[in-house]
Amino acid sequence: MAAGFDPSGRLPDVFTNAGTSSFTTFLSRVAPEMLPGRRPLPPGMAADLAPHATTIVAISAAGGVVMAGDRRATMGNLIAQRDIEKVHPADAYSLVGIAGTAGIGLELMRLFQVELEHYEKIEGAMLSLDGKANRLASMIRGNLGAAMQGLAVVPLFAGFDLAAKDPARAGRIFSFDVTGGPYEETGFDAIGSGSLFAKSALKKRFRTGLSIDDAARLAVEALYDAADDDTATGGPDLTRRIYPVVMTATAEGTHRLTDAETATIAEAVVAGRMENPGG
Amino acid sequence: MAMQFYASPEQIMRDRSELARKGVARGRSAVIVSYSGGVLFVAENLSSALHKVSEIYDRIGFAAVGRYNEFENLRRAGVRMADLNGLSYDRRDVTGRALANAFAQTLGAIFTEQSKPFEVEISVAQVGATAEEDELYRITYDGSVNDEPGRMAMGGQAEAITSVLKSDHRADMSLSEAVRLSVRALSSVGGEGGASRTIAANQLEVAVLDRARVGRTFRRITGAALTALLEGDAAGDAAPTGGRAKTPTVPTEQAHKPTTSAGSADLEGQQPSE
Repeated sequence: MAAGFDPSGRLPDVFTNAGTSSFTTFLSRVAPEMLPGRRPLPPGMAADLAPHATTIVAISAAGGVVMAGDRRATMGNLIAQRDIEKVHPADAYSLVGIAGTAGIGLELMRLFQVELEHYEKIEGAMLSLDGKANRLASMIRGNLGAAMQGLAVVPLFAGFDLAAKDPARAGRIFSFDVTGGPYEETGFDAIGSGSLFAKSALKKRFRTGLSIDDAARLAVEALYDAADDDTATGGPDLTRRIYPVVMTATAEGTHRLTDAETATIAEAVVAGRMENPGG
Repeated sequence: MAMQFYASPEQIMRDRSELARKGVARGRSAVIVSYSGGVLFVAENLSSALHKVSEIYDRIGFAAVGRYNEFENLRRAGVRMADLNGLSYDRRDVTGRALANAFAQTLGAIFTEQSKPFEVEISVAQVGATAEEDELYRITYDGSVNDEPGRMAMGGQAEAITSVLKSDHRADMSLSEAVRLSVRALSSVGGEGGASRTIAANQLEVAVLDRARVGRTFRRITGAALTALLEGDAAGDAAPTGGRAKTPTVPTEQAHKPTTSAGSADLEGQQPSE
């Protein structure tokens, strides 16, 4: 793994020096092949080679933020996976959702989780929410070469800002593009193939100061609208009991709604659409 | 060329040992004990920002005494190594034993190759599913590793502190009992004429690896929670809280215990402080 181990058996200098608190910077010295952006790619488009993850929505609410993602991964016109999980905790107070090439996205997300935890352990203090978003932006930028060959990854990042003066505005959302970012969003945002429809739905229904429960319901509604019009987004699968992943970040930390809770929300949404298909 | 005086290897090693031992003895001590709910670290530390006890990984903690810059250097290396292995394999594949080995190799190499050894004594503790499965490793300045039986003390008067721990420590203690025993052990030395003394709550650095938690188990106990534990308040026994990511991690399969390295015990004509 790490090259250049000393014959004496001691850890090499790069492990012990005080240079950096960033795990990706450390990794670029000891094992650069583990960074997604550092791998040489053969020329040509690779977009159809690997499964793609689709729609993620995030909504800021009173006292926090809600992020939800559908469960489908597609490969061309095929469904590659029905129960993929695309929304994950980035650390104790923030969430990250991945759209784009699923494999690279999940790898990047794991790396980002380690990056945040590593900083926290080395420095004894958590990064600020803006610091986390900037860090994620530079990791996305590192993948630009692959993105230009069709292996793009675009995350959505949201979290509870512990430094926020006004608790009502503590839930913040950041979006990115393949060249980095971050761009702070007000109120709500969506990414992925179904984001156009999800955002349109949210535009009409979003109100500031929603409760976390209402925001969770709204997120599932938006995903339903995305699945309604985008074939690559999966709606609630009542027969297989596969429901969207819904996570919240509040002052108490991140929390994933249990399957029973998301089932209740999803069933209520579906029941509503039985009467009015447009929502 | 200047004439080099001959110094025998024994003499060089003895001098280095003495230097390191004196450096370690100057610092304040630290205690690590297993209790029913996990592993407890208690260190005497006047600073609330420069830590002697810290988190390495999900179920692994680190404590050190001696020179801050030197053990901080080792701690960073440990965190980097643990995170690198956890990312390459799985979070469950990061073990206290591997870290203890890496620290031992590093300290051993520094001791023999560099003109000044590290003046530190460090420990790596891993919390298991039960108190019997906790792993406590002591690594001294010369790279010798000892596998400790559920309790250990490091620093200047470790022998005297360990003897208090040895007589009163039980693996089924509550957190409050374990904290009070550790503080009593730490304060049993260093008073006027070798008598005991009192250590205020703000001079203590206390942390636990919480057995019941999944994911990152390391928690610091400060302020009111610590005062409550010191006063024996049963309410303080509840695990310290704090918003944390709830990434599930399963306790590791019990690994083999390492063999005790011969290290320098024979160089010094005595066993490392027990």
